[in-house]
Amino acid sequence: MKIYFKYLKILLKSQMEYRTSFILLSTGQFFVPFLIFISIFLLFQRFPNIGGWSLYEVALCYSIIHIAFSLSECFARGFDSFSSTVIKGDFDRILVRPLSTIIQVLGSKFEFTRVGRFTQSVIVLIFSLSNLSITWEIYKIMTLILMVISGVFIFVGIYMIGATLSFWTIEGLEVINIFTDGGREISQYPLNIYQDWIKKFFTYVIPFGTVNYLPLMYLLDKTNRSIFMLAPLLGILFIIPCIFIWNFGVKHYKSTGS
Amino acid sequence: MIEVTHLSKNFKVIKKVKGLRSSLRTFVNPQFSNIKALDDVSFKINEGEIVGYIGPNGAGKSTTIKIMSGILVPDSGSCQIMGVTPWKNRIEHVKNIGVVFGQRTQLWWDVPVIDSFYLLKDIYKITNRDFKHNLDLLTTTLDLSQILTTPVRQLSLGQRMRCEIGASLLHNPKILFLDEPTIGLDAVSKLAVRNFIKTINKEKKVTVILTTHDMNDIEALSNRIILVGKGKILMDGSLTELKNKFSTEKIITIDYTESNEVINITGSKILTRTKERISLSIDLNKIKVSEVINLISQKFEIKDISVENRPIDEIIIDLYKEYQV
Amino acid sequence: MKAYYSLFKMTLIKGLQYRISALAGVSTQFFFGFMFIMVYQAFYLSNPATQPISLRELILIVWLQQAFLVFIMLWFRDSEIINLITTGNIAYELCRPTDIYNFWFAKLIAQRLSRAILRCFPILLIAALLPFPYKFTLPDHLTTIILFFLTLILGLIIIVSISMLIYISMFYTMSPTGSLLMFSVLGEFFAGLTIPIPLMPDFLRNLTYMLPFRYAADLPFRIYAGNIKHDEAIISIGIQLFWILLLLTVGKLWLKKALNRIVIQGG
Repeated sequence: MKIYFKYLKILLKSQMEYRTSFILLSTGQFFVPFLIFISIFLLFQRFPNIGGWSLYEVALCYSIIHIAFSLSECFARGFDSFSSTVIKGDFDRILVRPLSTIIQVLGSKFEFTRVGRFTQSVIVLIFSLSNLSITWEIYKIMTLILMVISGVFIFVGIYMIGATLSFWTIEGLEVINIFTDGGREISQYPLNIYQDWIKKFFTYVIPFGTVNYLPLMYLLDKTNRSIFMLAPLLGILFIIPCIFIWNFGVKHYKSTGS
Repeated sequence: MIEVTHLSKNFKVIKKVKGLRSSLRTFVNPQFSNIKALDDVSFKINEGEIVGYIGPNGAGKSTTIKIMSGILVPDSGSCQIMGVTPWKNRIEHVKNIGVVFGQRTQLWWDVPVIDSFYLLKDIYKITNRDFKHNLDLLTTTLDLSQILTTPVRQLSLGQRMRCEIGASLLHNPKILFLDEPTIGLDAVSKLAVRNFIKTINKEKKVTVILTTHDMNDIEALSNRIILVGKGKILMDGSLTELKNKFSTEKIITIDYTESNEVINITGSKILTRTKERISLSIDLNKIKVSEVINLISQKFEIKDISVENRPIDEIIIDLYKEYQV
Repeated sequence: MKAYYSLFKMTLIKGLQYRISALAGVSTQFFFGFMFIMVYQAFYLSNPATQPISLRELILIVWLQQAFLVFIMLWFRDSEIINLITTGNIAYELCRPTDIYNFWFAKLIAQRLSRAILRCFPILLIAALLPFPYKFTLPDHLTTIILFFLTLILGLIIIVSISMLIYISMFYTMSPTGSLLMFSVLGEFFAGLTIPIPLMPDFLRNLTYMLPFRYAADLPFRIYAGNIKHDEAIISIGIQLFWILLLLTVGKLWLKKALNRIVIQGG
């Protein structure tokens, strides 16, 4: 873990060598998703609710998933853009160092420009919370934090699966976007507005539902089953099979070297 | 120290095609072909050796290096390096080795070299004492003090290569793999790199395995070469052995005081002759160099003699031709 | 002309080779299309009052957007051209006896075309097999289809002319980041890709009608969906032609100026 922060430090230092580009990209990372939220906002000017959820409730959904997404893109960029590491042959370098491959890949890249996306998500979060009347207690705040953590773990898990695929092929990896970008877009609205199969898929297979929809049902008093509050914990478990898949991929790489 | 036995490795590749129609066909039905990268390769390397691993492109050099550094798992055969199988116990193994890929950098591009060194210190869990000691040593022997605080991207190729080699030795590896360490370097940097490799080999008993296309590297450094082609070992022996085996002629040039005496020595052939100088090519199977000199000195007053080998590059090219690789 | 054609063909073949990538793209876009439709469906459910665009029309537009995504995306970048400019290797291009603007233009058009060809048919075909209301259907009139294709092609030309401006701006900024960002953020929004233009508030809608972006995406798709009638479509084609003329002229003049600057600087 200590070594991860060393990686973080050295790459932050690298990034600061390119100040202009950093500022521009961060600005972009702020506005691109922010315009999506503006669109949601504008749609709510014509329509009163979606699936029974108000603008502020959707904004809460939106901000949680976008915070998780921006954090995961920042801190697990090494997996997210792993195909370029494979193409350049830099994975060989990782294999000749005495550290776990996961730590090294995580440490190989950080995308600090995601601070832009993070900021806009926090603004939306504040916008939402200041308009919703939730009585805040410590366990609810804990749940909120757990929701974000769970989201980060799920995104990272998907990046790992995508990275594993690039051991076999570097073509067609954009299909992973269905689960990363797609998962993010899907979960910026409550899951109940979708067809049943989508709802089930994103609850049981890739558990984005546990990040915001299920716990928010409880926090927003749409259900009184307090067990929903613990859903994010299940989401975190998603990372475990992903680690197995990654290790399998590394093994494959070592037998083909492609 | 290193023992490789019956190593084999095959690769499968998709055949590439040209033209619109064929690319549409591969679109539906891609064709594969098998490439034998390594075919029953065995050798043994002892501690403190410097081994030149040479062969034309695609001969299987980098496949072997990758297997020995634990990056690649072979299809069959075994490899023991200091008692460990590289691909089975990766982390244990790589603590003992240093690897330099000549064409790629292991340093962080945008930060000063010293920052990369400090990160490597943490990655290899090098103790403060060892680190300080090694850093001092490397800084002096590789002459790094001026460039340690420069970002890597601003270094020249030669400077960068010195830092790369330094970086791969920080953790006191017992074995150093160098994949084309002098590629693209200018003459001065090449010399510096070679000298340094010799030094650490002598002083720290580091075993060095290097691949290169530059025969001067081999001549300057290695007491042993392994020649590969098409995945097979073609020759394994010392450089002199190679020369003796494949270079059966030498060229003698002699300057003498003006004379028109006739020269006719069996086993030699006159290449050029003037009043004061003669060049002979000698077939070593028929006559010794010393005998030739002896014969000439009886008739001429010799002013100067030089004996040349055939350049090693030519020998290697002949070898490639002979084995058709 | 032959040189442009060869380049065009080469890029097209190159693009066709990326079959897995195309397959992945198709699945991704199909998924996103589905998702957008479901979101709109849920919104429309909450308010039964008539909207300026019907859900049915919106669904057709979503499928077309997904199918022709590579026609309308501004962030699509050609790293070869970017490298040429940022490394200064543009000097070699200048040695060739071809017009750089036309050369790049042909290349960019071919790139987008080759990708679209591989992707649009499968997406639309699968969408056509879906049950109502998701089903993708043909419009009632042949004229509609003709007008759609005409405006779509003109729209492609508009988009490529705009992206040419992005590349030319790089002669000054030396980095694609800034201009690409500005254009793609605002361009996508004003092309109606994040929120359908008919659903925008009035002042925003009026603004989009004054910018070129909607004429590349929103216009052809709404013609197809029947949300824009034929007489309005014909006027819009006039506006498209106006934008093309303007963008091409500006682009060519600007490139000429940028290149002169390079020659003078000797860069």
